[in-house]
Amino acid sequence: MADGGDEPEEAELGEKQKKEIAMWFLANAPAGEIQYVAKDIKSLLGDDGVYETAASEAFPVYNKTHLVSLEMPDRSGNVIITRFGEIDESNYLDPRTAQVATVDHIKQVCSNLRPATDEELPSFYIEGFRSALDAELCKYVDETYPKGTCAVYCTKGKDVEGPGSGFEFTVVISAARHSPQNFCNGSWRSIWKVEFKDDLQVVELNGSLQVGAHYFEEGNVQLDSKNECNDSTIFQSPEDNAISVMNMIRHHEMEYMSSLEASYLNLPDTTFKDLRRKLPVTRTLFPWHNTLQFSLTRDISKELGIGK
Amino acid sequence: MEAAMDLMRRISPRESETALSALLTLLPDQSTHLLSQVDLPLKVLQDMDAGKEFILCEYNRDADSYRSPWSNNYHPPLDDGSLPSNELRKLEVEANEIFAIYRDQYYEGGVSSVYMWEDDNQGFVACFLIKKDGSRTRDGRRGYLQEGAWDAIHVIEVGLEEEGTAHYCLTSTVMLSLTTDDKQSGSFNLSGSIRRQMILDLPISEGHLCNMGKMIEEMEGKLRNSLDQVYFGKTREMVCTLRPPAEGIQLGGLPQN
Repeated sequence: MADGGDEPEEAELGEKQKKEIAMWFLANAPAGEIQYVAKDIKSLLGDDGVYETAASEAFPVYNKTHLVSLEMPDRSGNVIITRFGEIDESNYLDPRTAQVATVDHIKQVCSNLRPATDEELPSFYIEGFRSALDAELCKYVDETYPKGTCAVYCTKGKDVEGPGSGFEFTVVISAARHSPQNFCNGSWRSIWKVEFKDDLQVVELNGSLQVGAHYFEEGNVQLDSKNECNDSTIFQSPEDNAISVMNMIRHHEMEYMSSLEASYLNLPDTTFKDLRRKLPVTRTLFPWHNTLQFSLTRDISKELGIGK
Repeated sequence: MEAAMDLMRRISPRESETALSALLTLLPDQSTHLLSQVDLPLKVLQDMDAGKEFILCEYNRDADSYRSPWSNNYHPPLDDGSLPSNELRKLEVEANEIFAIYRDQYYEGGVSSVYMWEDDNQGFVACFLIKKDGSRTRDGRRGYLQEGAWDAIHVIEVGLEEEGTAHYCLTSTVMLSLTTDDKQSGSFNLSGSIRRQMILDLPISEGHLCNMGKMIEEMEGKLRNSLDQVYFGKTREMVCTLRPPAEGIQLGGLPQN
């Protein structure tokens, strides 16, 4: 190792590297598994100080990426941790109940709740559209996702007072299923950007859908699927808009679900075959017993019809 | 070590190389153990003399060179790289030839290699490897996969018993990744790795190759089915739990186990 004078520098580099490694593992934990990954990496690191620093930086990123939802202390619902509702690193807005939750990212709990200020909320005009959409969204999510949470955030133009200016909402749907005793976890995330273009009198939709599943009993298998879609409709009253937008979202998400199903159905007979067949073309097992003699190798080639 | 192995089971199989590299940096004195417990997607090298590719792994490595099963030469050349005995080399050559045909029958392409070496107990160890790139740009005959990789590693410890039987201990790992991009702007990726063991005592009247070959074939079939029905099936089940399909959509296709 290094002589005397260089040691403090080397130790520091070691720490920085350790922190980066810890952060990488934490950020790449599958949905619902960060606490297990945290436990592992903490014991491997052997340095609680470095771990705490890494965790304080990695957990917020993870929580936002995975749209982690936390129960609010007053039982009025869940708050979703997302950059669309972020007031600051520890405070997140729940538009439905107009409250701001203080969040402990590492413990993944809600530590405090307060009403949102007027500055944090959209204008009366905007709220009309937002709450109408939110109402339809809740209906859809209740019917479609057994354990889903959702929210509508105004991400542009929240102070618009009336017609004449455009604005933008972001619809977030997050459903997660954690079954660690069955070695299986999964998550569905939808992020829909809804742009109300006042000048063109259209509403444009941009959806980003992501599904993940992890099964790890004596193995490690993961599904990672994404989809992007677009659509548009005309600018209408808040209630009519809400219904149109939700219809489009419902339609695209169902289409995506069907394509997932189709991919799974094709798996055994077609896609998997490109990797390894179930049986050779001969439909019999390989004739190993015919391989005792060297020269037979050539005969096998003929028998199996590979001669080229 | 348990924590390290738990991490490898959780991180996405597609990131296993980065994950292993991180663990090796963190636990340098555990490197031998980590490298033997964790498998990474296989790499190949071209054997210029033989005009064929061969697979690289710990079992054909000496220093920074790798031995080709076709020419028995090290790449890059090594003065005194370890080699199997003449007798074992004969078996190794035969194994490579036959395994190549087996590979072609099941994989319709790909690269295979077999390496053997004597162990300390008068027996030997054989490692059978297969690497298949099933993407439509490589060996994917039907063109279904944008990206597809199957890597199989079978390590068999052969111990010679008396009375004409031998003891075979097979440890198999299959690493798999497939990506279809059938939809307009979507991607569907399934990837995974599983490891199983099979231990048998068999008569050597048919020869070692026959015994080992049959074990590997059976194991690969089981692993393929397991991956397909159990593992992929479980992820599909999870998706349907997250978002139950609407009534009227038939689920059919996969068996209920």
